[in-house]
Amino acid sequence: MKQTDVAIVGGGPAGLCAAIAASRLGAKVVLIDDNDSLGGQLVKQTHKFFGSKRHYCGTRGMDIAAIFEQELRTLSAEILPGTSVVGLYPSVTRKPAKPTPRPAQGDLFAAEPPPSISQGMLALASRERFTKLGFKCLIVATGAAENNLLFENNDLPGVYGAGAVQTLMNVHGVKPGTRVLMVGSGNIGLIVSYQLIQASIEVAAVVEALPRIGGYHVHAAKLARLGVPILTSHTVLSAVGKEEVEGAVICRVGEDFKPLAGTARKLQVDTICLAVGLTPLSELLWQSGCRMVYVPELGGHVAWHNQAMQTSLCHIYLAGDVSGIEEASTAMLEGRVAGAHAAAQVIGSSPETEQVIAESQAELCAIRQGPFGDKAACGKAKLAECALLPA
Amino acid sequence: MTNAESRGSRISRHPILTFEDKGPVKFFFEGRPLQGRRGETVAAALAANGIRLFRHAEKTERARGFFCAVGKCASCLMIVDGQPNTMVCMEPLHEGANVERQRGRGKLP
Repeated sequence: MKQTDVAIVGGGPAGLCAAIAASRLGAKVVLIDDNDSLGGQLVKQTHKFFGSKRHYCGTRGMDIAAIFEQELRTLSAEILPGTSVVGLYPSVTRKPAKPTPRPAQGDLFAAEPPPSISQGMLALASRERFTKLGFKCLIVATGAAENNLLFENNDLPGVYGAGAVQTLMNVHGVKPGTRVLMVGSGNIGLIVSYQLIQASIEVAAVVEALPRIGGYHVHAAKLARLGVPILTSHTVLSAVGKEEVEGAVICRVGEDFKPLAGTARKLQVDTICLAVGLTPLSELLWQSGCRMVYVPELGGHVAWHNQAMQTSLCHIYLAGDVSGIEEASTAMLEGRVAGAHAAAQVIGSSPETEQVIAESQAELCAIRQGPFGDKAACGKAKLAECALLPA
Repeated sequence: MTNAESRGSRISRHPILTFEDKGPVKFFFEGRPLQGRRGETVAAALAANGIRLFRHAEKTERARGFFCAVGKCASCLMIVDGQPNTMVCMEPLHEGANVERQRGRGKLP
């Protein structure tokens, strides 16, 4: 059986940054991704990022993916693309660590025995074969899955998640439809609507159940200038069609989000795009037996974790959307934190490790102080509170 | 109303992106010869040909297409080269691939 210090599942922004950090600090790293190419969802993000230079502001998501991949390839990390994790045997010792209430920087590993042998094992499947991989530390960076929405005929072909629409048009250059109804006015809904127009596809309307637009107004303004109606206090009632989408019925909703009688109207669309949030892909963490908690602000069930991105099983870490739905910039920083801590746990800490961690933590704090960082910050604070309660 | 012909087009002009045509790939859908592009997935090739009905669900027999396109929702299972339950949004298209709609669970070859 092959052995590694740190196994990382997921080659998106979080996984890539974790792999780069851990490799740079001297740990032996294996990065696994079920796609044939790395980058995760970054590869379809054609928009330029915000923030500071350090967060790749002004760079398009797809270019950031290429930068990371190139950097990783100069390091000693092994990359296993086109490989799925089909089994997780988290621990041979079966001794879960007690969740500690927000450990102070530095004394995190004092109470924990350093793992000298392989702590767990992953079962991997590529197209050709099954293999096993022993690890001392595991970083789960599996990301999130698109949410569906409850309405009549929501399973018809032509009802897509916003990510699927992005993959189809930005990665493969294929038009998903000719006229699209966008559901959800968060940043994803607004950005993807704009990208549809860039691809010469008509956006009939954006509907939003809340009485206000969810995303940045700079994105909404771009759509408004192009004449796309953004209908707040509106929702989709049903998709029309038998074998595929041939239209959509939308209506106004009241303060209780219930449809208002007499407001339904039909839109001629052939595609309905859902941008109604994401749910962490936490199957591996459930399976590992680490402590799971339900935090709505983080997108549902997440593995309990401390500031080191460490779960209740001391050798299992997580980073990115699987730790709470946020954005690519925070995923990168969380990846760096998890990678550095995992490396320190395996080969010992150094001033360099401390520096990577301190810098990334400070940047995470700064990002979450923005108006759209509230929700995640609140969710993470809830995690710290549940550390004090019995599991 | 079916506007599959107009729907299934490729993006020809884009302000940011260029889509390199890495060469044609011939494949079959329900016995019908179609053309895709090298390097794309089966799902993308089908979508580019205006096809989005991929299978009929087991119990309800309702029509299904892909939803997530990243291998997470299992809505896009089809029969590829006789192999049922192939997740076509993750499956690379290859020359001569035989793609069929799946009804229910599908039978192993």
